[in-house]
Amino acid sequence: MNKNSSTLRVALRLRPARALLAAALLGGSAGVPALAQTIAITGATVAIGDGSEPIQNGTVVITGGKVVAAGAGVAVPPGAKTIDGSGKWVTPGLVSGYSRVGLVEVPGVRQTNDTEARSPFSAAIDVAPAINPLANPVAISRTAGVTRAVVVPSAGSGIFAGQGAVVDLGADMSPITKARAFQYVEMGEEGARGAGGSRPAAYLTFRTMLREAQDYAKAPASYDGRSKDSLLNRADAEALVPVVNGQMPLMVHAESARDILSVLALKQDFPMLKLILAGATEGWMVAPQIAAAKVPVIAGGLDDLPSAFEKLAATQSNVGRMVKAGVPVSMGLMDRDEGLQLRLATQQAGNMVALNKIPGATGLSWGQAFRTISSAPAEAMGLGDRIGSLKAGKAADVVIWDGDPLEMESAPVAVWIDGVQQPIDNRQTKLRDRYATPRPGALPKAYEW
Amino acid sequence: MMKRRSLMLLSLALLAGVSGQAVAKKEDDKPAQTQGSSAEPENPYPSTYVPFPGRPTVIRGATIFDGEGARIDGGVVFLSDGKVTAVGGPDTPIPADVVVIDGTGKYVTPGVIDIHSHLGDYPSPSVEALSDGNEATSPVTPHVWAEHSVWPQDPGFSRALANGGVTTLQILPGSANLFGGRSVTLKNVYARTMQGMKFPGAPQGLKMACGENPKRVYGSKGREPSTRMGNMAVNRQTWIKAREYQKKRAAGKEQVRDLAMETLADTLEGKILVHNHCYRADEMANVIDMSKEFGYKVAAFHHAVESYKIADLLRENGICSAMWGDWYGFKMEAYDGIKENIPLVHQAGACAIVHSDDENGIQRLNQEAAKALGAGRRMGMNISDEVAWTWLAINPARAMGIADRTGSLKPGKMGDVVLWNGNPFSTYTRPEKVWIDGALLYDAMDPKRRPVSDFELGQIGAGDVK
Repeated sequence: MNKNSSTLRVALRLRPARALLAAALLGGSAGVPALAQTIAITGATVAIGDGSEPIQNGTVVITGGKVVAAGAGVAVPPGAKTIDGSGKWVTPGLVSGYSRVGLVEVPGVRQTNDTEARSPFSAAIDVAPAINPLANPVAISRTAGVTRAVVVPSAGSGIFAGQGAVVDLGADMSPITKARAFQYVEMGEEGARGAGGSRPAAYLTFRTMLREAQDYAKAPASYDGRSKDSLLNRADAEALVPVVNGQMPLMVHAESARDILSVLALKQDFPMLKLILAGATEGWMVAPQIAAAKVPVIAGGLDDLPSAFEKLAATQSNVGRMVKAGVPVSMGLMDRDEGLQLRLATQQAGNMVALNKIPGATGLSWGQAFRTISSAPAEAMGLGDRIGSLKAGKAADVVIWDGDPLEMESAPVAVWIDGVQQPIDNRQTKLRDRYATPRPGALPKAYEW
Repeated sequence: MMKRRSLMLLSLALLAGVSGQAVAKKEDDKPAQTQGSSAEPENPYPSTYVPFPGRPTVIRGATIFDGEGARIDGGVVFLSDGKVTAVGGPDTPIPADVVVIDGTGKYVTPGVIDIHSHLGDYPSPSVEALSDGNEATSPVTPHVWAEHSVWPQDPGFSRALANGGVTTLQILPGSANLFGGRSVTLKNVYARTMQGMKFPGAPQGLKMACGENPKRVYGSKGREPSTRMGNMAVNRQTWIKAREYQKKRAAGKEQVRDLAMETLADTLEGKILVHNHCYRADEMANVIDMSKEFGYKVAAFHHAVESYKIADLLRENGICSAMWGDWYGFKMEAYDGIKENIPLVHQAGACAIVHSDDENGIQRLNQEAAKALGAGRRMGMNISDEVAWTWLAINPARAMGIADRTGSLKPGKMGDVVLWNGNPFSTYTRPEKVWIDGALLYDAMDPKRRPVSDFELGQIGAGDVK
């Protein structure tokens, strides 16, 4: 008890908001969160999330907000709270490689939509202070087993959208895992639009802006963001300095094979750029080049239609073919209207497995597919040492599922983030319960809560 | 997913959207009949669809969901002359000289029917030049016909076939307008013309839309309707005119033929089925009362994300709900969407349908049904796989007025059949073969049975697995 209490205090210093709010939301007795407790989930099918295949009859042990061990033959430490996982699956929490979660409540309601702005600023925009951990899509996604997400801003004008973040989906007021995790820029059709109408203009704009950032870095005080020649104001120039220096990854949206090669070539002028490709619908056509450049890709996975001329070669085999070529691929919700539908990750991954039965298609093994929605996006964000798998020492983001998580009939039965057990009810489950029978009882439905 | 996106995010207007189970009076596909004094040709754009030749084929040893709620393990399905000719258990006699396919470990279902698609009228590529789904120049456009926008070279038809097992689909106008126009039902078989895809004898639908889209599109132009009460008022004024027109027509009185009124008069006479885009429960209730006020029937509410709140009312009125598995929250009227919508509607005894409204979603309607099935079972509902398949088969067929010809594996019906390489509610399962009217039009094992539309021919990726 004493030991637990001291550990708890440490935990509270680290994440006071999380521990307390989670306890409150769970109705936790005496406000003691489970963070300090050692928990062992036994007898489950365990997926580590690192690309390996699921392990039968495995055990997962967490304590102090971290994973202690996961796999077969893992001993249950004395004093651990044991959860029988037989018939269940245990995985790391899902990591969405591309989303708008926390930035939007209702996309169609402008006042709640903070994804983009018509602003004098672009690259300097930072989504982190706007992330609302109480937004309903956060809770709904958490209920679906998503524990972390890459949050991407959208370019309201120009080509740079600003700095995205990696967030957790915990029921607390500390959602940021990594602020300013990357800069986002549009190339391809969208980039052309943002640059006035053509790809050449987009590439010229990009190069010019990065050179201005270099000028700023050399002499910030003398940088004149107001001269008629300059494209960047001071704030935007400052924001691009870590990009051009390679300290901050640059996520580039490009779809066509041609655009992907042009993006990779940007490193000839700016060798320090740390590129991440987003979209890459035709990535399979230039997969060896992407692999050679060691550039991670975040893709949609199921895009198989020529929905734009930059996606003529779209196929669901894109991800499989890129992985086969050695490209580190993650999946995310690239489609403009899917940014809050984070639960779709398991469907994307499951369908990659389905492709293995189609002659001529290239799919992924179960383990490879699950990796695209767990450790791969974590690694793309430079957080592979902290989140995304059940390897020892990683954050205890753990989900117990009532079946194979890549099957659409399955759902989480318990979710932990940083070792704190999370509520998995939300507005939707409340509506479901209220209308389990449609007719009101003795009082109107409004009294049933 | 497709036009949903456009609807909500492209701030404007024109998007798609969408929005029965009436059985419409059949029309023949003979052109140039006339009826009423306004002398409308009964069927001026008749179907020229002709089934492609098939070989008599038996699938044996598979698990069969018949589409009406029955299951046969290790069963036999026999297709010949374009029809389902026999369905039975393992002992069903197998004729000589037929192609026999071993379905052991596989599943056979009737072809998937999507009651809500914009393939052809919002095709891929999604460019302005091909964007033909909303005649968003007036809130009342019952005179337009979606079939006149259908581009039969949409690559989306092939994906719906190969990945989704879709054999029949209804193409609707978008939801910008209160009265969006007439829908068309297609067989999912590529043809040179729309008429070549047109499902013979299928009744047309009338697309109507509630809620945010009409009021936003026209309100933003400073004209009526700009509110939900405006939506209802314009609807009612229009129905009043339509009743007058219909009365005169039925009485054989002279009047100038009016395409918009022809559509509405046919709707009042039950020849055209109403497919009403409507998200919110309270608005559906208003529409139900309006339909009684003017004497027509709603076949189905589409995008009915709040049907679960009034499932009893929908059952009592015999109205189907066409729903997504778990799509929610993208705009205010979708805010109360829940994963249990479909099973709650089903459990209440009302008619439940899984729909797509999306060129991607149409490739995975089986998986959308699986989501709903899982959610229902977690609530404690005892819904079998084979019963859940009715959401993709006989239920949409009834709401589209084609249940006597397709939508289930009954002898005499069209040979619209999918052989799945596993349980179709599994994410790991895909169509292996798809027959339409008994013709094998997709075969995962044969690259030449993979359609390539004119648009994709000669382009990079043509003929690739998709």
